[in-house]
Amino acid sequence: MRISMDLELQDTPGQLIYVLTPVSDLGGNVMSVVHHHDKKTFRNTVPVSVIFDVEEHKLEELQKRLEKNGVTVVRIGKMRLRARTHILLIGHIIHTDLRHTIDEIDGTGFAEVQDLSLSMPAIDGPSSAVVTIMATGNEELKKAVEILKDIAQRKDLLVIVPIDESGISGGLSNAE
Amino acid sequence: MQNSTSVFKLSIIGFGAVGQGVAKVVQNVPQLKVVAIADSKGVALMPDLEDVLARKRAGQPIANSDLTALDVIRTVEHDVVVEVTPTNIDDGEPGLTHVREALKNKRNVVTSNKGPLVAAFSELTHLARTQGVALRYEATVGGAMPIINLIRDTLAGARVLGIRGVLNGTCNYILTRMAEEALDYDQVLSEAQDMGIAEADPTYDVTGIDTACKVVILANAFFDRNATFADVNVTGIDRITQDALQLARQRGFVVKLIGDVQELTVSPKLIPLRHPLNVSGTLNAASILTDTAGEITVAGKGAGSIETASAILSDVLSIMRSRD
Repeated sequence: MRISMDLELQDTPGQLIYVLTPVSDLGGNVMSVVHHHDKKTFRNTVPVSVIFDVEEHKLEELQKRLEKNGVTVVRIGKMRLRARTHILLIGHIIHTDLRHTIDEIDGTGFAEVQDLSLSMPAIDGPSSAVVTIMATGNEELKKAVEILKDIAQRKDLLVIVPIDESGISGGLSNAE
Repeated sequence: MQNSTSVFKLSIIGFGAVGQGVAKVVQNVPQLKVVAIADSKGVALMPDLEDVLARKRAGQPIANSDLTALDVIRTVEHDVVVEVTPTNIDDGEPGLTHVREALKNKRNVVTSNKGPLVAAFSELTHLARTQGVALRYEATVGGAMPIINLIRDTLAGARVLGIRGVLNGTCNYILTRMAEEALDYDQVLSEAQDMGIAEADPTYDVTGIDTACKVVILANAFFDRNATFADVNVTGIDRITQDALQLARQRGFVVKLIGDVQELTVSPKLIPLRHPLNVSGTLNAASILTDTAGEITVAGKGAGSIETASAILSDVLSIMRSRD
């Protein structure tokens, strides 16, 4: 499960290790760490946002270990992927290592491949797939789609993306 | 200057499906008089339209003079040259010379031929302006579907922020049939060729070239881009599989070949089933985004002899009225 956690760390060097070690010891995988130095608290602590994957039943133990390390846990959120899109891929999808394509999206920390349906009519013919990508927001989704397009171009896959419904080629940004 | 009760004289240069369609529709307008028709073999001067159409149908020559198409354009007195020879995107010829000569001789031009406009848009529009005559080309984009005059006249005053659409009936027919009947690309293409919807060499349509030409014309007309065919990033429909269309359908999408004028791109896109650009069969559709009128979508028949002729007729009539 993907977790986003807001923490407070002492504003001295070397504090992050008290966060990363317990996560890692419990088999978690850290995706993103952001220090909000500009939002220092009156307690002289720095807010830090961490995003990581960890098994849900280990969350309670993790929280205990963090607090034992002197880390203040302000908020724990199960991350919600709000933005979703579908993308069609056509070409030699299997031969070009599908796993790698999915890993690159999942590795972003803000987007993941939620679903993939594949149709493979003949072993030497082109396959078709529809990939469903979810991301934490629209901007993140756009980035994930760009990553996929980039990979597909390198692998000579035809990528078909949905028409932009927010307007014509970004033209709406100028309009009301 | 002629007065409004006088006849308005036109020549038809090119007498294929579109030219014959023009000869049919102008008969409904008493003020219009066809003074010459040129096909690839010769020129019929002061033709009897019924007779010429019958001859063409029977495969007989229509010529009754020694003149060439260029002779007609240069020397026969008339108001509008209707240039409807086939599109040649390599150098725009012979249409480009026809249009250029017509404008030099201060004749208005109405055309359905994309070649000259893709090859030399700014030269021709500049020439028309300096000569004080009109160059109109509604029929080059979307056949009977109004788009150029819609934007220019009806939406006058609104700033166009973007235009995108389904601009090739052949591609749309193939994609629609593949999706609805679960047929393979090759099979539907052969079927379309049998029905005369696709050419024997379908490259021009299915690889997106035709759509790209329309994108170039609209970009030059409304975004002042001075774009040429080489500026358009083009992906066709020839790699699309029936499986892909079924997968898309399961997620609530169809696939359409979309020309995006502002982006200068042509590529297949996923279109939600309820989206206004989801038109089926050979239909064309275009959405125009403006600053004041919001988004406007039109749809209509993108090809066909009489349909294309209707767009030409509307251009001819609007030139005739502006002279009054």
